Amino acid sequence: MYEFKFHRPTTVRQAAGLLARQEEAKLLAGGHTLIPTMKLRLAGPKHIIDMSQIEGLSGIEMKGRSLVVGALTRHVEVATSPIVKENIPALAELAGLIGDPAVRHRGTIGGSVANNDPNADYPAAVLGLGATIVTNKRRIAADEFFKGLFETALEPDEIIVRFQFPKVNKAAYVKFPNPASRFALVGVFVSKRGSEIRVAVTGAGSNGVFRVTSFEEALKKRFGAKSLDGMTVPADGMSSDIHGSAEYRAHLVGVLARRAVAAATA
Amino acid sequence: MTAVAMTVNGKPVTGDVEPRTLLVQFLREQLRLTGTHVGCDTSQCGACVVHIDGKAVKSCTTFAWQVQGANITTIEGLAEPNGPLHPMQEAFRENHALQCGYCTPGMIMSAVDIVWRKGNDLDEKTIRHELEGNICRCTGYHNIVKAIAAGAKAMGKGA
Repeated sequence: MYEFKFHRPTTVRQAAGLLARQEEAKLLAGGHTLIPTMKLRLAGPKHIIDMSQIEGLSGIEMKGRSLVVGALTRHVEVATSPIVKENIPALAELAGLIGDPAVRHRGTIGGSVANNDPNADYPAAVLGLGATIVTNKRRIAADEFFKGLFETALEPDEIIVRFQFPKVNKAAYVKFPNPASRFALVGVFVSKRGSEIRVAVTGAGSNGVFRVTSFEEALKKRFGAKSLDGMTVPADGMSSDIHGSAEYRAHLVGVLARRAVAAATA
Repeated sequence: MTAVAMTVNGKPVTGDVEPRTLLVQFLREQLRLTGTHVGCDTSQCGACVVHIDGKAVKSCTTFAWQVQGANITTIEGLAEPNGPLHPMQEAFRENHALQCGYCTPGMIMSAVDIVWRKGNDLDEKTIRHELEGNICRCTGYHNIVKAIAAGAKAMGKGA
């Protein structure tokens, strides 16, 4: 990979200052997105700002009816947390499906969401639960956050500090993983909170995670797998690569959405 | 260049690394601990797995400076110095769980971590699921799975 300088700030303010001042700077959380990208020379930041020395960015707790997860919380912590399992079990299951055990020991929710990889799992949960992304500057609703391929609403010196997930009545995540990398070829997160239904799809869209409004409408009438019988998304706008064609991904969206609703209502 | 200091296999070590030096490079090239292997270099195969503060981590996806001050164990450090093989290593030997041996150190390090997290009584389904981050091209995994089940039991006996 290309050379760089690294910095180890001890506060979010310092980190934000470094981000603002340095040209071509990137934050380092768990490193399991950034480092592989740098090894492939798809990214070549001149400055790396390591978040690991900043206190208070990791942790899981309930605050009222919201599950609050610090940005630097590792996937393994979310996957095994009794608090997450009790309040939003689908989120713990999703975290347990990311990568593999060694990756889950290092990867973080903040890093995953800030990167908005179209094949990452967490964006489906964040959009699928209608979470709030809390940064060092403001609170951003999930619906406003994901802007496109590897693009988010985050400003250049903005840092995610935690996530707030509202409790929901029913939720599930079903994923079709790439057998080698374990990335989501397609992953569907569904949730029901009163009359609010969300169906969020990752892996399939060429522009990153998206909601399927036609599925959500059908599920509003009746939240059951049968409501989605015969429904598909158009192949137009789906990714196509060596792992799957756009048509295959579009087909999987329907299949996995039905399975997710079945799991959520089981 | 930047100075790093950490504990590796129970001994304090220091070195001079570039910011971009990966932990796997530091271990192999500077410390000459070549048991940890570089397989895919894309964080998929697990040949590079070591233990960092008691957790399995892919050392090809970690900078050396990130683990300043940490406790690292490589495959060379699993067994007691001048002692017998670690029960997991012994299980791999007894169950013919390797052919070329390239994935083996990573398999063993991951296997020990599985036992720490999932206990000593592991069924085939659990082992295969927990090995999703370790790829083997030779064996078809069959004997690896057997070895890990046996090694897990053996780790439960004695201290």
